[in-house]
This record gives sequence, structure tokens and C-alpha cells, in this order.
Amino acid sequence: MELTSEILSLIRKTSTEIPNDIRDALKNAKEKETNSISKNILSNILENIELAKKESTPICQDTGVPIFYVKSHNSYSQIELRRIINEAINIATTGISLRPNAVDCLNDKPIGNKPIIHFEESAESSQIEIELMLKGGGSENVSGIYQLPNTELNAERNMDGVRICVLDAVFKAQGKGCPPYIIGVAIGGTIEETASLSKKELMRSLNDVNKISELKMFEEQMLDDINLLGIGPMGLGGKTTVLGVKVNSGIRHPASFFVGVSISCWCLRRQSICLN
Amino acid sequence: MLKLKTPFSQEDILKLNVGDVILVNGTIFTARDKAHKYLLENYAEQIKGGIIYHCGPLVKTINDNMNKRDNNNYIIISAGPTTSSRMNQFTPAIIEKYGIKAIIGKGGMDSKVLDSIKGRGVYLSAIGGLGALYAKLMKVKCVEKLEFGMPEAIWELEVKDFPVIVTMDAKENSIYDSVQQASKKRFLKLIGAKFQGI
Repeated sequence: MELTSEILSLIRKTSTEIPNDIRDALKNAKEKETNSISKNILSNILENIELAKKESTPICQDTGVPIFYVKSHNSYSQIELRRIINEAINIATTGISLRPNAVDCLNDKPIGNKPIIHFEESAESSQIEIELMLKGGGSENVSGIYQLPNTELNAERNMDGVRICVLDAVFKAQGKGCPPYIIGVAIGGTIEETASLSKKELMRSLNDVNKISELKMFEEQMLDDINLLGIGPMGLGGKTTVLGVKVNSGIRHPASFFVGVSISCWCLRRQSICLN
Repeated sequence: MLKLKTPFSQEDILKLNVGDVILVNGTIFTARDKAHKYLLENYAEQIKGGIIYHCGPLVKTINDNMNKRDNNNYIIISAGPTTSSRMNQFTPAIIEKYGIKAIIGKGGMDSKVLDSIKGRGVYLSAIGGLGALYAKLMKVKCVEKLEFGMPEAIWELEVKDFPVIVTMDAKENSIYDSVQQASKKRFLKLIGAKFQGI
């Protein structure tokens, strides 16, 4: 029961509080904007963040799909952890921390919420580390997977091709997924691995510096390039279209070259707990 | 800021221009994908000449066994806009059938919608992710089709000074179109320029 209530607090916190790195990036973006509509949008966003935190109310009515990343020692049963997470999700749904967002595709019936849980084994025996992202649907709809080469975009199998894919995804998204966006990119892998790895990049702090120097450079250039598009906050024009771009590169099959582009709205809700 | 009361008159609509910020007062109806289909297959007298809000609110129900029409049974917790483009396909027909005066949403709508609001309607943008703040300005008057699920139901809301931006007006102007056209030029220029890093 103790673990259930810890996870329940994690869900509540994730739904009602924006991480500091995102909030700070939004503040910087507000300072940079010169046009009154986009500046005003960003100050309203910041006001909403403060209000939601103060009143412990979900920041956005779309409390998203709960995605858990659990790192635990093999002495903990994954079946039991899954049961506890499901229990906490059900309590949070009844207790209005989460909107019932799961719909059965076959009969279109609402069925509460269904978390996605990724497990990883940890060598550290005494701790369980649980990260949670509540992933909004609007920005999920503008995310996608590209295959290189792409003749339509004139994109080849190299980093420039990757850059073109990311630009294309944001250009097509325009204001539909609530910019300024945070973008997770994964290069390589099989199709499901690419999608999953690009989503995981969204868990990195905006302040986290990529350890691979080529990717660090690439992330910086992507940020500058995308912000030249001028799509701006909520797609109404402005200097800030993205707050951060995070990239992970892996292994590919010789025949394949996938590029995963996971897009998050400005309201990137991610928090973590570490339990002893 | 201009305050407008529902129902909006033809004069109200025609004096609005893209870029104006207005405060909406009165009654609005939430409707998403499922509700749009329902509204086309059935008739709902109460939304005639009204305002549709693309929104799937998070609502607290005080008592599950209480009368669904009792507005004291529901409290809006978080209620920002959802992406409007999903409703593009239904909107011209909805406007025709019900004489909808205004649509509130986010992300903008397509050229067919811009055509169908010409001379008679506006598209108003609320800011995505402002659910907590907007909830303070809204009260539930009634709910229909709750069996569609909380986000998909048709919530009749009483709003007070709900701030929205005119982004598509009755004179064929759309801020989204201008932003997209300008960004397209930059996009084409950017994908022509090669990445020099690796």
C-alpha cells in the first residue's frame, strides 16, 4: 500500500507540476518574443503553470497516456509492480488527477486509463527508480517515423537527411500540437524500437548535454533551424517553436534507416521518484 | 478588450478581425469528434446559432447517482481546447445545419471551414494547455451524451470573460494560413541548405 501511495503522489505531481527546466525555458522564450500575441500566450502559459501548482489541479485537461519507466532489482516482482501501478492509476482516475483517456478501439467504449510500463533491471538492490511521463494526445498525433532515403524530401541516409525529417515533422505539425514543442529524435533501430527510443529522449532534462559531440552539435543546430520556421507559440507566429531537441543514435539493419520524431507539447509532464 | 455576450449577432461577427482578443460571456457547448457525428445524425435545438468549443474537459462528479441534468453535480477541474483540425471534415455541415456563429479551439482549421464561415462566423483560438486557468471561468449548465465518455460528451458551459483570440475571421483572413505560408518559404530554404556538422 505504501508503494501505491508513493506512485499516486508521483502521478498527482506529474499532472499538476511542470518540471523546472521546461518552466525556465518558457520564461526565456517569453523574454525573447517581440510580438504581442506570442508574448501574451507565453505569459498566460506561465500563469497557468503557477495556478495549477498552487491549487494542485491538472495543468491540462488532457492528462495524456501514462508512460512509466521502472528500474528495479530482480528481487522485485515485475508482475507485482505492474499490479501496483495499475492500482495507483485507477485511484488517480477516480480522484480526478487523471481524465479517463483509454478508449477500446473495437467498441469505442471509455475504459478509464491504461498505463504503458517499461521495465529495466537494476544492479542496485535497495532502490526502485520510477519515472513517469503523461503524454498528451495532440502532440502525439503530429509525431511520426520516417524512412531514409526519402525522395519526396530529397533526404539521404545521413545526418542531413535526419535534419530534413525533423524539420518536415515540425513544419507539418504547425500549431496543432501546442508549440513551443520539445522534440525527441531516435536514429536507427527497428520500427518499434525507434519510436520507443525517440519517446524516451523526452525524459532528458533540457539542460542535459549530449555526451556524443556530433549529436550535441546536431541538437543545437536543430534547435536553431526549427526556430527559424517562425511557427511560434500555439502556431500563431513567433521566435520560439521549440524549447529543446534531444537526439539518440543507435544501430540499424543495413537495409533500414529509421528516424523517429516524438513531439511533446510545451506541457511536458515528466517527474520521477527513487524509493529505498 | 472587447466583451461579447452569447448569442453573437451578425454585427458582432462582422466587426471582428484576426488578431483581436475578446472576452466571451454566456453559453458555449463542448464538442469533439464523436459529438460532431452525433450532432449531424441527430438534431440538438439548443446549439442553434450558438458557439462550439473543441474541448474534452476534466470534470469532477459529486455524486454518480444524481440526476445528470443537475448542474450542481459537476465541477470543471481543467478545460482547455483540443486540436480543431480533427473536426475539419464535419464543420462545414455543422455550420450549415445549426448556423453556428463561432468555434473555439486550437491549431486552426482548413480552407473549407474558412469558406463556410465567410460572412457569418469566426474561429477563435484558446491557448492549449491552459486547462486549470480556464476552468476558473466556467460552470457546467448541463451535460448530454455522457455515455460517449467524459471528454467526448457535450458539456453546456456558462463562461465568464473567457479570453480568446480571433484567428480566422468572416472576411477570409486566417492567421494560421499566413504563418504556414511564411514558414513554408523558410522550410524550403532550410531543407535546401545542407547540415555541415558530420
